[in-house]
Amino acid sequence: MIFKRKILVAAAAMALSAGAAQAQISGNVVKIGVLNDQSSLYADLGGQGSVTAAKMAIEDFKAKEKGLTVEVVFADHQNKADVGSQIATKWIDAEGVDVIVDVPNSGVALAVNQIVRDKKKVFINSGAASSDLTGAKCSPNTVHWTYDTWMLANGTGSAIVKQGGDSWYFLTADYAFGHALERDTEAVVLKSGGKVLGKVRAPINTQDFSSFLLQAQASKAKIVGLANAGGDTINSIKQASEFGIVKGGQKMAGLLVFLSDVHGLGLDKAQGLILTNTFYWDLNDQTRAWAKRFAAANGNKYPTMVQAGVYAGVLHYLKAVDALKSDDGTKVVEQMKKTPTDDPLFGKGSIRVDGRKIHPAYLVEVRKPSESKGPYDYYKVLATIPADQAFRPIGDGGCELVKK
Amino acid sequence: MAQLDPVATQVHDPVWEARYHRNGFLVLFAILVVAPFLVYPVFLMKALCFALFACAFNLLIGFGGLLSFGHAMFLGFAGYVAAHAAKVWGLPTELAILSGMAAATVLGVLAGLLAIRRQGIYFAMITLALAQMVFFYCLQAPFTGGEDGIQSVPRGKALGVIDLTNNIAMYFYVLAIFAAGMLLIYRIIHSPFGQVLKAIRENEPRAISLGYRTDRYKLAAFVLSASLAGLAGATKAIVFQLASLTDVHWSMSGEVVLMTLLGGLGTVFGPVVGAFIIAAMESYLSELGAWVTIAQGIIFVICVLAFRRGIIGELEAFLRRRRKN
Amino acid sequence: MTTQALFGQLLIGLINGSFYALLSLGLAVIFGLLNIINFTHGAQYMMGAFVAYFLMQKAGLGYWWALAIVPLVVGATGVVIERLMLKQLYKLDHLYGLLLTFGLALIIEGLFRNSFGSAGLPYSIPESLTGVYNLGFMYLPKYRGWVILASLGICLATWFLIERTKLGAYLRAATENPALVQAFGINVPRMITLTYGFGVGLAALAGVFAAPIYQVSPQMGSSLIIVVFAVVVIGGMGSIMGSIITGFGLGIIEGLTKVFYPEASNTVIFVIMAIVLMIRPQGLFGQR
Repeated sequence: MIFKRKILVAAAAMALSAGAAQAQISGNVVKIGVLNDQSSLYADLGGQGSVTAAKMAIEDFKAKEKGLTVEVVFADHQNKADVGSQIATKWIDAEGVDVIVDVPNSGVALAVNQIVRDKKKVFINSGAASSDLTGAKCSPNTVHWTYDTWMLANGTGSAIVKQGGDSWYFLTADYAFGHALERDTEAVVLKSGGKVLGKVRAPINTQDFSSFLLQAQASKAKIVGLANAGGDTINSIKQASEFGIVKGGQKMAGLLVFLSDVHGLGLDKAQGLILTNTFYWDLNDQTRAWAKRFAAANGNKYPTMVQAGVYAGVLHYLKAVDALKSDDGTKVVEQMKKTPTDDPLFGKGSIRVDGRKIHPAYLVEVRKPSESKGPYDYYKVLATIPADQAFRPIGDGGCELVKK
Repeated sequence: MAQLDPVATQVHDPVWEARYHRNGFLVLFAILVVAPFLVYPVFLMKALCFALFACAFNLLIGFGGLLSFGHAMFLGFAGYVAAHAAKVWGLPTELAILSGMAAATVLGVLAGLLAIRRQGIYFAMITLALAQMVFFYCLQAPFTGGEDGIQSVPRGKALGVIDLTNNIAMYFYVLAIFAAGMLLIYRIIHSPFGQVLKAIRENEPRAISLGYRTDRYKLAAFVLSASLAGLAGATKAIVFQLASLTDVHWSMSGEVVLMTLLGGLGTVFGPVVGAFIIAAMESYLSELGAWVTIAQGIIFVICVLAFRRGIIGELEAFLRRRRKN
Repeated sequence: MTTQALFGQLLIGLINGSFYALLSLGLAVIFGLLNIINFTHGAQYMMGAFVAYFLMQKAGLGYWWALAIVPLVVGATGVVIERLMLKQLYKLDHLYGLLLTFGLALIIEGLFRNSFGSAGLPYSIPESLTGVYNLGFMYLPKYRGWVILASLGICLATWFLIERTKLGAYLRAATENPALVQAFGINVPRMITLTYGFGVGLAALAGVFAAPIYQVSPQMGSSLIIVVFAVVVIGGMGSIMGSIITGFGLGIIEGLTKVFYPEASNTVIFVIMAIVLMIRPQGLFGQR
């Protein structure tokens, strides 16, 4: 009863305040749209799990008690930029969606980024890699949460060289994302004092990497860098194990690998793989507690960093909406940048002017089967990269929002 | 080959046919003029582009008797060229669309010269292989943007005056293009050229013995079909302000076959109906991901086994039977 | 690139060629004898890998059991498809068969994708075949060596069965003149059904071979099927020996392309197909 009265009072106050048009929640509902790949390559790293994560964030935020009605819708963009754009446009134009979250696949993410900017809503990206989202294509309506190509290249690249992996051979997927990842990592390796002994470009969606792996073996590089993603990464790792690359003394560096990929491969194939993630469920008590709750609601699958990013992003968004009592896109993002972030998953952090969320990154190695004590016990942390070093320096991205 | 278009081989009464088609066009365009005020216009535009694509495809299979399994190459490649023309060269919308169409026409000539030499299954396989080559080219060529595609394509202004970022304005622009395309196809089918094409489809050796250079007719049909598919693709790229790999992938070639089969091979309105249904299925079932693929597969199977004439085909057969009685 | 390294790459190409040969063999058998383009072949290959996975997970039956059981199980599904659906299409244009099998492929792939997602499932190399042979110029994983030899064996056995035995002769005669062969007392419809099942079984067998080295995923067939079609067309659509030789040959050519010009390794097969079709439209070993 008191609860209802609070809403009525609040509503009356809002209606009476002058110039109140901006300080209102459109339709009195905050609608969150989770847009990702639900059925193919990236369904496991985000998929339904991201929807679960969003719902958990709404629950933990105690939206009802605060008088906010929050709804979640979701859709499958099938990794196609045209499908993703159409869904995003329809959501905003015809269904009152205020914020779009997740969106793996850089092509789709860039398209949605533009649409959300044109229509002045909010885009919290957790799934995509393109560092352009906070660089050349940065927008006052976009927050890029979990990771990006620069962080992956630098995190994995420099940390590995520091650990002694100073000669590299690249196995690259022959498309824009692969090239970008290879280019960025190569730059870091060279800057850190390492050498690149060679590289080979494989067409995307190659089934058989044996020929390329043979070349990598012949190069005798200490590190074989996999500048690819999704099925290509899984196939190359699986076949590398078959050809005895790790047993022969070389180490595999996965430049874009998720917990779900390791789970799909199995530890006997993935052991020894080095990668960088910004979240791992077994880091501390808070992450563990959250992960257990998540797994219970997600068919016993533990969270990937992308799903963690959706949770944290939605939580921070709701705090901003609540503080402003408005869901005006541009203003909410401003508020999100003004407020420091604090959640059980990424700890304390912040969002920069260019939309980049800052938090520490972890260089991890995949355990041997004998070292794993339970389900999803896959990583041992080799090094922590502090937040101020993990991401590209703010001035280097070419973002127009950054004043020189 | 004649068995692949069960509708068209029947004996017709041209007067009745003409009246039926005229009424059909009136009904169709009456609905389409009113529709954007009732249904989300962006969906309608998608359906119209696919409908034009399917009509172009139907020209080749329904009337030419040639099943192309690579038609996506025309749709998608024209889309890329149009997108590039509008975004990078800054051409006005009309010229951008025409550039896309021109590119598809050239591609059609090149592909046609290779493919026409064979028939039936072999023809289908060649078109599939050629489409794959175009796909891999588009994947790697720098101008296409690879996996990201060409994004933020400007819609521009119609005739330099009307702002096309307004969805209703864009809709009527697309409707005009669609109407022009459909009417052109209708004229082609009912022209002497169209008659020869039908004769070739039903009995090529006889057509040859009558002195027709059948290869030239088939090539002409192929190029026309490619060109109009290109028109559909170029328009689609402008409407969605995006050109992507989806439109050159072989599954898109499969989809246009499905649309035409479902609507009715060899009918005038069939491809339009089929395109709208498939587009609706994709849009409204998009939350269900893999179920769309399964549903498409089921429709294929049912159509092939029990519903070969397609929706409009069955309707036309019903109307003709009723006329007889 | 040293000659040693080159030999290594050629051997790899031969391994891939065995998959192409085995799959195109199934397609060639089905097309050559039944005039059906079996677009479902890729999905049946995928089912083979999945059934092997399930035999391992649910019944604890390993690789060697899978080799025997999987072709029978998946072949049986092929028999059902033929009996229920393909049979009705024989009197129609061949292209309807293509469309039907295309639709079936969509259904099967969609159902598997729905149930199993896309990340792929792990399947281990059988114990007896793990490890590598040191050939001097490269380390050849034992399993891959087994794949080459086994595929070659099966291809040659199939060729022999169809081209050199009485059963094969009946089959070939039944394709050309079913009424006459039926008049001799041979149950032609049943032979046709079993032939389709056999072709499907070959696809499933290829799937079992693939399971330990490629991820078992619902998409594994669709990426491969278009390439295999190209192989069959180049070899000559009805020719058994044609598809075997072309399959291995194209594997080697693709392998060499991966070394010298890797970006084109996807397209080279289609370019060859276009060239062959221009010069010799019936394929390298096909008859007009």
